[in-house]
Amino acid sequence: MSALLEVEGLTKRFGGLVAVKDISFAVGAGEIVGLIGPNGSGKSTVMKLVMGIEKPNAGSVRIQGADVAGWPTHRIARAGVGLVFQHSRPLHRQTVLENIMLALLPDSLVRLRAGHEVERRAREIAGRVGLERVLDRFPATLPFADLRRMELARAVARDPKVVLVDEPFAGLTAAEVADFSALIRTFREAGHAVLLVDHNVKGVAALVDRIFAMYLGERVAEGSAEEVMRDETVRRVYLGGEIAHATRPAREAAGAAPLLDVQNVSVFYGKAQALEGVSLRINKGEFVSVVGLNGAGKTTLFNAISGLVPYQGSISFAGQTLARRSAATIARQGLVQCPESRELFGEMTVRENLELGGQHQSAQAMAERRDWLYGLFPILRERQGQAARTLSGGEQQMLAIARALMMRPSLLILDEPTLGLAPVILELLSRALETLRNSTDITVLLGEQNVTFALPHADRVYVLEHARIAWEGTPERFAAEAGAGLL
Amino acid sequence: MRTRNIFLSALGVAVLMALLPFLGVGGYVLGLLTSAFYFGVFAMGWDLLFGFAGEVNFGPSFLIGVGAYTAGLLNHYAHWPIVACVPLGALAAVVAGLLLAVPALRLSGPYFGLVTLVAVLLLQNVIVIFAGFTGGEIGLDLPDVLAISSRVNYWYALGLATVVGLALFALSRSAVGLILQASGQDAVEAAALGFNVVRHKLAAFCISALVSGLAGAMLIFYLGTVSTDSVVDIAIGVQVIIAAVLGGRRTILGAAVGAVFLIVAGELLRPVGQLSSFIVSAVALLVILFFPGGLLGRVIVREGA
Repeated sequence: MSALLEVEGLTKRFGGLVAVKDISFAVGAGEIVGLIGPNGSGKSTVMKLVMGIEKPNAGSVRIQGADVAGWPTHRIARAGVGLVFQHSRPLHRQTVLENIMLALLPDSLVRLRAGHEVERRAREIAGRVGLERVLDRFPATLPFADLRRMELARAVARDPKVVLVDEPFAGLTAAEVADFSALIRTFREAGHAVLLVDHNVKGVAALVDRIFAMYLGERVAEGSAEEVMRDETVRRVYLGGEIAHATRPAREAAGAAPLLDVQNVSVFYGKAQALEGVSLRINKGEFVSVVGLNGAGKTTLFNAISGLVPYQGSISFAGQTLARRSAATIARQGLVQCPESRELFGEMTVRENLELGGQHQSAQAMAERRDWLYGLFPILRERQGQAARTLSGGEQQMLAIARALMMRPSLLILDEPTLGLAPVILELLSRALETLRNSTDITVLLGEQNVTFALPHADRVYVLEHARIAWEGTPERFAAEAGAGLL
Repeated sequence: MRTRNIFLSALGVAVLMALLPFLGVGGYVLGLLTSAFYFGVFAMGWDLLFGFAGEVNFGPSFLIGVGAYTAGLLNHYAHWPIVACVPLGALAAVVAGLLLAVPALRLSGPYFGLVTLVAVLLLQNVIVIFAGFTGGEIGLDLPDVLAISSRVNYWYALGLATVVGLALFALSRSAVGLILQASGQDAVEAAALGFNVVRHKLAAFCISALVSGLAGAMLIFYLGTVSTDSVVDIAIGVQVIIAAVLGGRRTILGAAVGAVFLIVAGELLRPVGQLSSFIVSAVALLVILFFPGGLLGRVIVREGA
């Protein structure tokens, strides 16, 4: 079988970080391949390298035999590659029909009129994806699934040989997933090569012929969905080889008022629902983990708690409602989030970053706190004069946590601290969390997709799946009851 | 409103405006409108670049100034006729604009805007430094003028504004306009659909430069003199930007309405002295804050609620 898309030795570095390391795979005509990996695995970078949105440092990308690596995006598109974006930004002043027609226009500065042929084809494509009833509406009035259909229509309008789909089913209901799967299967029947980029095997297993799994920029497994799910490395990446847990006696008597009480919280991003009726309680001194795949809604939950996104439902902290409080007020009350993206001040030194976290304290209190944190993360003491952006990923994560701790939080929210970090760094973070747990009365809410990292530091665990709490319980029961759902 | 209806309405308004001199409107008002029309052309050219290609040009007066000074210097020193000076001025604006835009469009983020801002300051400095040749801050008298009659000058300006306005409006609603909007709103996705984003933005910049330079060159032959205060100063550029945003971003025709509003309102408020520019600015601020769509936003734009 001749491959329409052939990737060989693809490598991409961002500064010192190797995001994609020597990746090779091929997708043949009439084949659907799933490219999966957890966040930070480099799968999205591979997709961008194929589309030319990023330029590879090494390796080749062949479309029907022609090497297009390093070409500008619009030329790669014309060579026969189409990308269905996860987040579409349609033209809001144009109708759905015009949005689809855009994709059919020639790349010309002098062809001013679109012509009837373009309109006819746009209508035909709209019919194929199920948009015929909304052609004259504006994108802002469409339900989320129809926006995704429009995105699909735009990408297929040019009849690309190779179709890349970024997170095909994110934010869709079960019925819509079935519709989209059927549409994607029509590509296979028409002899296109399809690459589905997603977080986990489960989401795409029913659709794909093969799966290529990545972790930390490298290939970890390849084969049928069943083979990949059985693969030892994949299991370790998603579940951890052996799930460890270290329970300690509950600190608070049952029935005490919780420190954080989240009741029935829902969040919408435009039309997409990111959280659906989520409730959870955290008692004082508890370490609670929220585990879930990327896109499950962990970051949205934390942002709602921190007052960064509007929500429905109620959230109270230390007995007081957080409604109508600004994010800054909430943080000063002792509810501090260490965000997934770290948000360090790159041009400032390690020490300056820490001091910003301790601004509201007296000089002496700040110095004491800083020394205590240097004890927790000794590497930060060595690096204190360095600009934060020159630190390695692991050191940056430690600094982000330390800066959050500088604010003397009573509740610390850690959002995916392990994102993109090597195992040896995880070990260090793990030890620091254990120290916090055993020597302070801090309460921690940890969000993770890395279950191996999350469980040892948890008194209780919540599983977040498709915007809802799917399971809650103790770490000991997790492996038996909830583990399989995460592959 | 449908594209055709807007086009015909705009044409109708232009015809009515052309009849104004026969309806007893005096030379003073005609003169005011003449300046306003030239400003309208500047603002429409700016809107094509900002509203459609998504690039903020903080220095529209760089393009206007290059067009005006090229035409002015050729007329003053070489005594070339206006019919030669004006197109050459417009051409010079395109060339100067390209020299600026080709490197600047390779930068992402706010740098394009900053480059255009610095370019205005540079042009103004060059003109002042070589005052012996350029007339410096005092300006340069031109031997030729477009016309003596205020009516004829009015028609020239109205004609230019009408032709440029309808041409840019038609362009904005064409297939190319669609690609341009896609490039401005999401360059990555536009490229993934196979469009050469940089080339489309460059083309928009050239067209913007062409009409700015053309209007700048004609304006000085209406004024009879070319000076930094009238065609290069940052304040001119700021007024152009305010006019375009006030009239309605991404509407083209709104920019012309905004320019007329700005200049006429400034003149009507002249009796209150210093307060006039304060009031005009305050009104502009209120419109931008509470009606971000601008004066014509509601009429021309069809946006899903």
